[in-house]
Amino acid sequence: MTTSTRHETTAGAAIPLVAAPEPTSRPRRRRSADIGEPRGIPWVYAVLIGGLVLLVGPFLWMLLGSFRPNRELKEVPPAWLPEHPTLDNYRTLFTELDFPTFFLNSVVVAVAITVGNLIFCSMLGYALAKLHFPGKRMIFGLVLGTLMVPGVVTFVPLFVLVSNLGMVNTFPGLIFPFLAGPFGVFLMRQFFQSLPDELIHAARVDGAGEFRIFWSIMLPLCRPALATLGILTFLASWNNFLWPLVVAQSEEKYTLPVALAIYAIGENNSDYGLLMAGSVAIIVPVLIVFLVLQKHFVRGIAMTGIK
Amino acid sequence: MATVAATSTAGRSSRRRPDRGRRREVLAGYLFSLPFLALFLVFTIGPVLASFLMSFTDLRSADVRSPLAVGFIGIDNYTKLFSDESFRKAAFNTAYFVVIGVPLTMMLALAVAVALDTGITRFRAFFRVGYYLPVVTSIVAVAVVWRFLLQPDSGLVNTLLGYVGIDGPSWLRSTTWAMPSLIAMSAWRNMGSLVIIFLAGLQVVPKEMHEAAAIDGAGAWARFRHITLPMLRPTLLFGGVVTMIGYLQFFEEPFVMTRGGPLDSTLSTAYYTYNQFGFGNYSYAAAMAYVLFVVIALVTALQFKWLGSKE
Repeated sequence: MTTSTRHETTAGAAIPLVAAPEPTSRPRRRRSADIGEPRGIPWVYAVLIGGLVLLVGPFLWMLLGSFRPNRELKEVPPAWLPEHPTLDNYRTLFTELDFPTFFLNSVVVAVAITVGNLIFCSMLGYALAKLHFPGKRMIFGLVLGTLMVPGVVTFVPLFVLVSNLGMVNTFPGLIFPFLAGPFGVFLMRQFFQSLPDELIHAARVDGAGEFRIFWSIMLPLCRPALATLGILTFLASWNNFLWPLVVAQSEEKYTLPVALAIYAIGENNSDYGLLMAGSVAIIVPVLIVFLVLQKHFVRGIAMTGIK
Repeated sequence: MATVAATSTAGRSSRRRPDRGRRREVLAGYLFSLPFLALFLVFTIGPVLASFLMSFTDLRSADVRSPLAVGFIGIDNYTKLFSDESFRKAAFNTAYFVVIGVPLTMMLALAVAVALDTGITRFRAFFRVGYYLPVVTSIVAVAVVWRFLLQPDSGLVNTLLGYVGIDGPSWLRSTTWAMPSLIAMSAWRNMGSLVIIFLAGLQVVPKEMHEAAAIDGAGAWARFRHITLPMLRPTLLFGGVVTMIGYLQFFEEPFVMTRGGPLDSTLSTAYYTYNQFGFGNYSYAAAMAYVLFVVIALVTALQFKWLGSKE
């Protein structure tokens, strides 16, 4: 127990340093140089670049592969650059397969889940951090206790429940089980705790109601935490697989990963170009969002360690 | 006399006002908690408990509409489970994946984190983003790409091996190589989040300790072992637990890349649970999932005890 509390503070304290490591790095470097200790800087760079090539290589392979006609993809040995670049794979994706539907389904489900979590988690997080009421500790314990419960434990009874609610193969069936996640409560509670109580006291003296204090005063101060939670929730939902695979039973409700997996193991399993193009379609939007908003990802990971 | 009366009324009224405020605050607390808790009880707590109860029944897909009218069969599902050859195979495979995969991922991530923290001075943010890149991508999509990379003839991996004179195997169709391939892919994809966590942990290691040790003549490796590693213990523990919990549930990788084969050599516990669910054996699947859940809880508790108290 002591370990976990210690860890929370460790990770919490590290956030500003992680967000801005550059200023601290230079003086430190100079100091170690003063000690006269040689550092293998050039080879460390070389190794890190080598590692990066290994990490980025598969994505490049995927991107280039998506523009190659199928017969080129089966060539031995394979070439990096397409000899006859083509958009056929993408054309098939959009015309013969119902790709726009899968894309839209993924967006609808991810947006709904993200909005739900932002609202419900910030409300409960605020109550747990700033309001005093009996049972509060028990609620927090309950939420925290399920933080580590894997999806594989709950999906069977969840499916029975969703069937009886008539929500199999519907958007509510895809969305409801993920609307209130414990991770968001944890994150928002941590953030609300860092805001001063005086703001609330002052607003109460001025006669503001409890909801107004939350909505107009406290919530706007939480923008960084909301951004982090929003991005991580959207990403988790976009990449989620097991539950959509179970609930979405016909093509018109498939999300992107479900559609791709089913094509990849079905009769299209050797249509390499098509599958590469499908992978690009799932990965590239997320990569763009990630590169634009990467500081929120880093903060979220450092704060909670959850992917 | 008058002053005493005045202070006592003032005291009473100021006590009364917070009382009213307190009641309003308590009410607000419950109202703010209500929406989350309602959803949470129905869709999380309920299923966690139901999964446990369900594992003692003979619920099958045909009983979906009347889940309360099923027969109670005690621990039959659990006894059946441990004599089920495929389940034992799946449990072994999951252990294999975790025992090799978690340390591998952690060591790679730690090496990168230390290199980023102390080995370089420029482009640190660039590298951090680069190494984190695969983490944000869909496992399904990545698994599809890796399936092509690992193709025996037209795949990139064997082509590169061919340049150095190695005749690469048919990775995903070999009972020997299929699992190492999945492990390599998982280490590749998940390393990045551990790099970020470890980098955060490394910021807490005091530089003065390193300097003092260096003056006393301690080499880089000695300082890493005796200063960095002990200071990093809570972070390593946390990273280890999070990675292990994820790895214990691996599912997408074999689903897309090998379909659990060849000869069940990449069938994982989560995958077998899903298969049994697909066959309609709901209560059997629930029992299996619960075994996995208990293992996850035990391993987490053990890891906290083992790594956490060794101060």
